Amino acid sequence: MEHIISVTVENKFGSLSRVAGLFSGRGFNIESLSVAPTLDPSMSQMTIVTSGDDRIIEQIVKQLNKLIDVIKVVDLNESDFVSRETALIKVHTRPEDRAEALRIADIFRANVIDSTPATYTIEVTGDPHKIEAIINLLQPLGIKELTRTGRVAVARESIRATSVPAKKAVRE
Amino acid sequence: MKLTGAEILIECLKREGVKTIFALPGGVVLKIFDMLHQQKDIEVVLTRHEQGAGHMAEGYAKATGKAGVCLVTSGPGMTNVITALADAYMDSVPLVCFTGQVPTSLIGNDAFQEADNIGLSRPCTKYNFLVKDVADLATTIKEAFYIATTGRPGPVLVDIPKDVSMDKAEFTYPSSVSIRSYNPVYEGNKWQIKQAAEAMTKAKKPVLYVGGGVVFSGASQELMELAELTHMPVDMTLMGLGAFPGEHPQSMGMLGMHGTYWANMVMHYSDLVVAIGARFDDRVTGKVSEFCPHAKVIHIDIDPTSIRKNVNVDIPIVGDCKTVLRELLQILRATVNGDQKELRKPWWNQIREWQQANPLAYQQAADGPIKPQHVIKRLYELTKDMDPIVSTDVGQHQMWAAQYFKLAKPNRWLTSGGLGTMGFGFPAAMGAQAAFPGRLVLCIAGDGSIQMNMQEMATAVVHKLPVKIIVLNNRFHGMVRQWQDLFYEGRYASSDLETTPDFVKLAEAYGAVGLRASKPSEIDDVLKEAIAVNRPVIVDVPTYRYENVYPMIPAGGSNHEMILEDPPHLKTKQAGSGQVTPKDSDTILTA
Repeated sequence: MEHIISVTVENKFGSLSRVAGLFSGRGFNIESLSVAPTLDPSMSQMTIVTSGDDRIIEQIVKQLNKLIDVIKVVDLNESDFVSRETALIKVHTRPEDRAEALRIADIFRANVIDSTPATYTIEVTGDPHKIEAIINLLQPLGIKELTRTGRVAVARESIRATSVPAKKAVRE
Repeated sequence: MKLTGAEILIECLKREGVKTIFALPGGVVLKIFDMLHQQKDIEVVLTRHEQGAGHMAEGYAKATGKAGVCLVTSGPGMTNVITALADAYMDSVPLVCFTGQVPTSLIGNDAFQEADNIGLSRPCTKYNFLVKDVADLATTIKEAFYIATTGRPGPVLVDIPKDVSMDKAEFTYPSSVSIRSYNPVYEGNKWQIKQAAEAMTKAKKPVLYVGGGVVFSGASQELMELAELTHMPVDMTLMGLGAFPGEHPQSMGMLGMHGTYWANMVMHYSDLVVAIGARFDDRVTGKVSEFCPHAKVIHIDIDPTSIRKNVNVDIPIVGDCKTVLRELLQILRATVNGDQKELRKPWWNQIREWQQANPLAYQQAADGPIKPQHVIKRLYELTKDMDPIVSTDVGQHQMWAAQYFKLAKPNRWLTSGGLGTMGFGFPAAMGAQAAFPGRLVLCIAGDGSIQMNMQEMATAVVHKLPVKIIVLNNRFHGMVRQWQDLFYEGRYASSDLETTPDFVKLAEAYGAVGLRASKPSEIDDVLKEAIAVNRPVIVDVPTYRYENVYPMIPAGGSNHEMILEDPPHLKTKQAGSGQVTPKDSDTILTA
């Protein structure tokens, strides 16, 4: 089963290779991995999409925790979460297709972020199904390049927790 | 006052209480060696190969319980020490390994003797550091020792570029360490411990399955009390030997692939397995799906990843063995009464039956070829009152040593368990001898494995490390030959060494003492002579070439299905072959 694991690591030389090396060395899958600094620049946030049965996921979480550079590991599947992915799609557009490309982008609330006489570069954000769907629709037009960020995810806040004053929540 | 990186390193080692390091110099660590040369507090044991330095540090650590330290140069120096790091990582040995690195300005330039030390060591160390600024050196070393020796111990590598060893910085040694992402858990969960205590008092057929974790956490006293209080049999892993006295009536000896018949039967038919500081290695579990089919499992381990990695666990307790056992004992002392002894009477009757049915056995004819087991048994009997430290290499001799050399105390057993590193034994024995100059240190080796680090004999002679090596010489890679006989129709692909050096002359060539026992009647005298000499000794013992280690659970087999003796085709084959022809009276006796 697919799991999304959120990993907070020390933002320092070699942290990424330690995490990547753990997955390759122990034969765990990585479907996607995204990493960027957190609000605190001394830490980085990784979102890893992986798969395996319960025993494997338990091992992945434990092994990640065992890495000295790892500060926190959360298996987001343990609770409810929201996840998003962004794709940048460069589409070939013959003159007769340009309107169709814009219509498709519109349906998916995607933005055209670059335009040349023969191409549009479309930015789309959503869950993996949405990304797959827009790719399927744009494919007949001719996709020149495609790049995806991999998923990022965050646990949904419980209703009670949202009553915390907004200002404080932001600081946290 | 400002000190150079090299001086800071030495100051840090002193503050960590390091008395001996095992080292081999090279271009980028010359500054450090130059500084070591000008001080007297730390002894530098110059090894002949970096692998030797690594294993010596391991032997030192296993015998003392403190971190072993080695220092090697960049590039080939570092790649040579990798085997020792991997070995230490598998067996949880606290090690701090300092490697030289090319100057920071040259890193990544394919400079002379450059290697990616951090990349190379990442999968075989608990943690590693590249020190880029001399100002960070002292803190880094403090952290390295802290990480190596706390939690589940392991090797830590500190990579020091040449310029960092020469640059100067203000020296202050931090008194404590706090790493926000590293907080090993020592206290077990109280509720789980209570559950465990309850299960232990109720079980009819329980077994304690103890590993190296008990040795490292120094929990032997607690284990003894637990075993005696609850009348449970004690199975030990290869790494756990010595955690519980081998001659204690409740000791079952070693379990697993070449464990005793009863140790494995006890596991298979138990209704409660209490694993303490052991990790359910495949050499212990055999076929996982048929492992302990009737048992509930309690698992006490400081490393959460060990729990439920290979087998399902009913009561997991993450914590330090000593701390958890103390807590457990507190509950048990109040709840255990005489009932347990009565409750487990049938279990003990069954165990005694198993012990009588298939004891460890071999047959030594008075004028026949020497049986390797006999040598180890005699060595054990002659030295047991001297509290020796025993190291082994890897292979048949290692398994026989595990079966016949019954250790009374922990930290006396140096062996490569997880990685199975041939060539480990001799340097490890030297490391232990360096830590305890007055003690008797024995190295039981095979003629194949001793040759893997033979060069360290020069180190032993120079540094006056009077290790006694007993080479069980069958001119085979014996364990490989055994598998070929059992599973490859006797085709000895690259297992017959055909010739081995004359070990007596070899020892003498190095300036050590060489002795040989050629007949069973000579064994005692030769061993006594070796023990009496205060110099490194090789005792060469040519043995019967075709002896096999039994019991044996074939790889992937179930624990209660052991091979107990040579199958008939092997008995016939060996009776008429080999350079040493066995007589009828030599046939292997098992039942």
